[in-house]
Amino acid sequence: MKVFSIKWLLLFIFFTGPLCFSSAAEHVSSVELINRASEYEARTVTYKGEVIAEVMRRGDFAWVNLHDGDNAIGIWVPLALIDEITYTGSYKAKGDIIEVSGIFHRACPEHGGDLDIHALSLRKIESGKLTPEVINPLRLKQALVLLGILLLIWISTLFFRR
Amino acid sequence: MILKPGKKDIKAIGYYLGKIIVGLSLTMVVPILVGLAVGEISPVVDFLISMQAGLLIGIILIKLCNTDCELNWMQGMVVVSLAWIAAMFLGAIPMYLSGHWGSYLDACFDAMSGFATTGLTLVQRLDHMSLTHNLWRHLTLFIGGQGIVIIALSFFVKGASGAFKLYVGEARDEKIMPNVIHTSRFIWMVSIAYLIIGTFVLSLIGIFGGMKPFSAIFHGACIFMAAFDTGGFSPQSQSILYYRSFAFEIATVIIMILGALNFRLHYHIWAGNRKEIVKNIETTTLFVSIITVFSIVAIGLNQSGIYPNAVMFFRKGFFQLISAHTGTGFQTIYSMQFVKEWNHLALVGIILAMGLGGAVCSTTGAIKMLRVGIIFKAFVEDIKRIILPEKAIVIQKFHHIKNVFLEDRQVRSALLITLAYLVLYLIGAYVGMFYGHPFLRSLFESTSASANVGLSCGITSPSMPAVLKVTYILQMWAGRLEFMSVFTLIGFFVAALKGE
Repeated sequence: MKVFSIKWLLLFIFFTGPLCFSSAAEHVSSVELINRASEYEARTVTYKGEVIAEVMRRGDFAWVNLHDGDNAIGIWVPLALIDEITYTGSYKAKGDIIEVSGIFHRACPEHGGDLDIHALSLRKIESGKLTPEVINPLRLKQALVLLGILLLIWISTLFFRR
Repeated sequence: MILKPGKKDIKAIGYYLGKIIVGLSLTMVVPILVGLAVGEISPVVDFLISMQAGLLIGIILIKLCNTDCELNWMQGMVVVSLAWIAAMFLGAIPMYLSGHWGSYLDACFDAMSGFATTGLTLVQRLDHMSLTHNLWRHLTLFIGGQGIVIIALSFFVKGASGAFKLYVGEARDEKIMPNVIHTSRFIWMVSIAYLIIGTFVLSLIGIFGGMKPFSAIFHGACIFMAAFDTGGFSPQSQSILYYRSFAFEIATVIIMILGALNFRLHYHIWAGNRKEIVKNIETTTLFVSIITVFSIVAIGLNQSGIYPNAVMFFRKGFFQLISAHTGTGFQTIYSMQFVKEWNHLALVGIILAMGLGGAVCSTTGAIKMLRVGIIFKAFVEDIKRIILPEKAIVIQKFHHIKNVFLEDRQVRSALLITLAYLVLYLIGAYVGMFYGHPFLRSLFESTSASANVGLSCGITSPSMPAVLKVTYILQMWAGRLEFMSVFTLIGFFVAALKGE
C-alpha cells in the first residue's frame, strides 16, 4: 500500500513539476534585471511598466519599451499581442501600464547583445490617458512683465539716441 | 607686482560678455518656434521667460559697459570663461521651469553638460518631456560644440583681433581661414550641411525601423546634433539602445567619428585634398589609438564572455569604445552593465579611450590626438638621440595639414595640457571616492566628466551629493575650455583681490 502511494506521488511530481516550474514566472523590477542579469538569463520573468514612446513594428514583431519608474526595458512582442496597447507615454499622454511575461536575455543573441525580454504573454493592467497641458498663469504674467521691461529699454534707447 | 584690473578691463569684459549673452538668448527662438509649431504652449512660455531674462541681462551689460576698445589677451580669456558660466545659468532656466530636474543645480549640471558636449544627465522622466525642451537639450550640444563664442564671433563681434582672442580662449587655436570670423562661419556652414545630410539618413533608418515620419525626423535631428557634436544626450532615456537598430548604430558611429575630426581636416576634405586623411598625424594617431584601446576592451570582454559573437562584439564593445574615444557618450547598454557585466580590464580600456579623446579643433574633449602624437614623436626623438652618435643631428617632423618640424615649445605645451587633464581626472576620482564609490568607478565617471564624454557607470544620478555635482560641473567646464581661460579667470580674481 505504502509503495503504491509513493509511486503515485512520484508520478504526480513528474507530471506537475515542470508545469509548476514553467508557470513560475518571477515578478521583477528593471533594477533587479539589470543588476542581477546573469541570474535571470533565459528565465521566464514577469515585468510591469508604462509603455513609453513609440511601438516600433518590425515584421511580425514589434519593440515595446516599458518603463517601471527606474529604467525602460525593450520588449520583443509578437504583433498579435500589441493590439491591447492604446496609449504610449509622452509629453501629451500617460502610457498604458502593461504586464509582460517572457524570456529574459542579458545579451540577446537574436538582437546583437541587447538586454531584452521576448514576450510570451501581455496584459493591460491600467489604461493610459491624454494629459491636457496646463499653462501656469503666473509664468505668463512673468513673461509679459519681462517683455514690458524690454520694450521700455528699447524705447529709452531710441530716445537717448535722438 | 600684480596689477589690479581697472575699470577699462571690467568694461571691456562686461561689454563682450553682454553681446555673447544676447547671442545665446536669441538661440532660444528655435525652440520657441518649434514649440508653437507642435502646439506645446507651456514650454513656449518657459522659453519666452528665459530668452527675455537673458536679453535683459545682456542689454544691461552692453549699455553699462559700452566701449569701443578691442580685447586684450587677458580680457578675451576672462570673457570666454565667464561666458560659459553665464551660458550654464541661462540655459538652465528653461530646463528648471520644465519640472524635469529636481533642483536648479541639477538643471545647471545638465546645461553645462550640454554646452560642454558632455552628455552626463540628471534629468528625470525624460520619456515624458516636451519636444520643445528636448530640442533645447540637443541644441545646447550643437551651440556648445561649435563654440558659444563662435555664435558671437559670427554675428556680433567686429574686429578680427579681439575675435581671435575669444576664439583661442574657447580651446580652438587653429584658424581654418585667414580671418577668424570667416573660420567661425565656415564651422557653422560645415555643421549645418552635415546636419541636413545626417538628419536625413537617420530619419530614413528610423522610418524603416518602425518610427512615425515626424518622430523619426525629430529623433534624427536630435541624435545627429548629439553625435556630430560628440555630446551624447538622446531624446529617450535608453540612449541609442532605444532604437534597437544595427543600421542606426553604424550611422551614429560614422557621425561620431566625423565629429571627432579636426574642422581644418574637414575643410581640406571638402576642398578635395583627401590624402590629408591618411597623412595627418591626428588621424593616424586616432587610428592606432582606436586599435590599441579596442584590443584592451576586446580582451576584457572576451574574458567576461558576455558577447560570444562578432555582431554582439561590434554593437556593444566597439560602439561603446567609439562613443568613449570620440567623447560622445552614447550607450547601447545600461550604465550598471559596465559595472556588473564588464570586467575591470574592459573598463580600463574605456577609461583610456575617454581620456585620450579626438582631434583638436573638433567638438571632442580630453587630451586629444595631436598632443598624443606630438608626445609620441618627442619620445621617439629622445630615443634616437640616445641611440645615434652624439654628433648626429636628430630632426623630427610630423604632418598636420603641412609638414611641421617638432619643437620643444610644442612638446612642452602638449605635455602641460596632458598633465593638467590627468590631474583633473584624478581630482574628480578622489571626490567620488570620498563619497564611498570604488576607485575604478570614480575614475570612470570623473574621466567622463573632465573629458566631456558622458558615459556613466551609474554614479551620476539626481540623488548624488551636491558637492559631487558641483565637482563634475567644474570638471566639464575646465575640460571643455582646456584650462587656459579658466586659469586666467582665477588669475583675474586673484589680481582683483591682491593687485595694486
